[in-house]
Amino acid sequence: MPKTIVCIKQAVDVTEIKADSATRRLITLDAPRKISEFDKNALEEAVRLKERLGGEVVVVTVTPEDARMTVREALAMGADKAYIVSDPSLENSDTLATSYVLCEAVKKIGEFDLILCGEASVDSYSAQVGPRLAERLGVPQITYVRRLSFDGDTVTAERSLEDCYETVKAKPPVMLTVTGEINEPRIPSLMAIMKASKKPIVEWNPEDLNIPKDKVGEAGSAIQVMEVLAPKVERKSIEIKGETPEEVAEKLAKALIKEGVVGR
Amino acid sequence: MSEYSGVWVFSESMHVTLELLGKGSELAEKLQTESAAVLLGHQVRHKTNELLGYGADKVYVVDDPLFKESGSEPYVSGLTNLAKQHKPEILLIGSTKRGKELASRVASRLKTGCVPDCTHLSIDGDGRLLMGRVVYGGNAVATEICRVKPQIATVPPHIFEKPDYKERKGEVVEVDVKLEKPQTEVVEVKEIEAAKVKIEEADVVVAGGRGVERKEDFKILNELAETLGGQVAYTRPLCEDRKWFTDWIGLSGHKINPSLYIGCGISGVIQHVAGIRDSKLIVAINKDPEAPIFEVADYIVEGDLYEIVPALSKALKRLLKAR
Repeated sequence: MPKTIVCIKQAVDVTEIKADSATRRLITLDAPRKISEFDKNALEEAVRLKERLGGEVVVVTVTPEDARMTVREALAMGADKAYIVSDPSLENSDTLATSYVLCEAVKKIGEFDLILCGEASVDSYSAQVGPRLAERLGVPQITYVRRLSFDGDTVTAERSLEDCYETVKAKPPVMLTVTGEINEPRIPSLMAIMKASKKPIVEWNPEDLNIPKDKVGEAGSAIQVMEVLAPKVERKSIEIKGETPEEVAEKLAKALIKEGVVGR
Repeated sequence: MSEYSGVWVFSESMHVTLELLGKGSELAEKLQTESAAVLLGHQVRHKTNELLGYGADKVYVVDDPLFKESGSEPYVSGLTNLAKQHKPEILLIGSTKRGKELASRVASRLKTGCVPDCTHLSIDGDGRLLMGRVVYGGNAVATEICRVKPQIATVPPHIFEKPDYKERKGEVVEVDVKLEKPQTEVVEVKEIEAAKVKIEEADVVVAGGRGVERKEDFKILNELAETLGGQVAYTRPLCEDRKWFTDWIGLSGHKINPSLYIGCGISGVIQHVAGIRDSKLIVAINKDPEAPIFEVADYIVEGDLYEIVPALSKALKRLLKAR
């Protein structure tokens, strides 16, 4: 019966981000947080495996913020137990530092068969934490998985690459990252939400994991973000209007020809 | 002088490698260092002249039958050990899915940072690599630096232009590095039915979204695309929810920069816009006057795609023929 660890990120809800149009600065502090989209796919897949094969699903998250609400949702979706590594000192950690903390947390959680991650997070979209975690743990990895099966002995996964689907086999322990194609994450029932409130949440800080202060946050990171600005929008915003679709089409067709982008 | 020098490029795709060489050579010139291409494979030595001709001062070759086997570990260990031996200052890797995994793993082993999917690369006054990329689902562009060397960036296909080819001499360095065997076994590869042209290479893209009610209705978009010598593309809901197609445009899919993009029945959520932002001209056709795609469009057409698109095909055919 497999033990699966699902890594989830408490991400900024990118659909709620607003920018100051004059300064192009982002106003993100108030944007709500949620489980990063593809991490939900990873969790859903882990729960489906458990429903087929038995075993256990735990989630782990690393964040500078309070993540209890976020992991409650994961527990309601079917995880059995949640681990939160949280501390303000984790602010500004890059993927090098985050994967280090995650690795120490996974080691403390103990033995596992599978680690599942989303292919990338919705907010920073770097797609690095999963691959770096597997490297640090020294386990095989299969990225961009769109189909997954496990017979208790061998993991078979179909990867979704640009030009092909590649079926890969590996023996556990193995780390996999999943794409949004793999499943449709469930919306927990009221009953599941009620039950989740009784499931255990373990909270750690970096000290509990014997992580030195200079290995996390800005000090422990290689990447430094110099500037984050809303993109410049320099579009013409010309409305094409007319009495009939034909008139609109005619005007648009002429405009496109004038722009030199058609009939070349 | 730092012990790290040189700007290296690597991609498993030759096309992307050449694009990276253009930018890599430019950065190397700024830093007054050499540009180098890394060639990993089995019996690949014949490719060195092409790499030199497109701007590499040096080509590092690791030629080994292990690369014939599928699996990433020979590449991960090859590139890591090569970088440990020869210490590049900057390493640019093609941002395909394989490339992104490779870059993350190499960066992890070299204990350095990696900025993914860079669309802007330049050198600042202190000789550091400034890496620009889209974050927050397309809501922002971030400029980042890497304080550890090598500074690693991944670059998506078609961001930088392939340089001109010139007959050039350069150095070819054959390197012996320790390679690891694959840890996973590839048992099957199914080619994805390739479009006539890769969508990133299409000069005109006609994209359809949720406003297209039935799969067969794509014939009207196909007709427009044919008229313009372009390609048809799709949004993520049509692929993931309706399962009509497999490949979509957007943050998690293909990112395109055609001369002309025409979005039909596409609301323009930020994740989709992230995939089309670099298009030279954006036309949006949508019934909904509030559709967010209108905010990033050059030409805004509030109307029914079922009426506008066929009429547009007809008008274009007539006008283009008359020229």
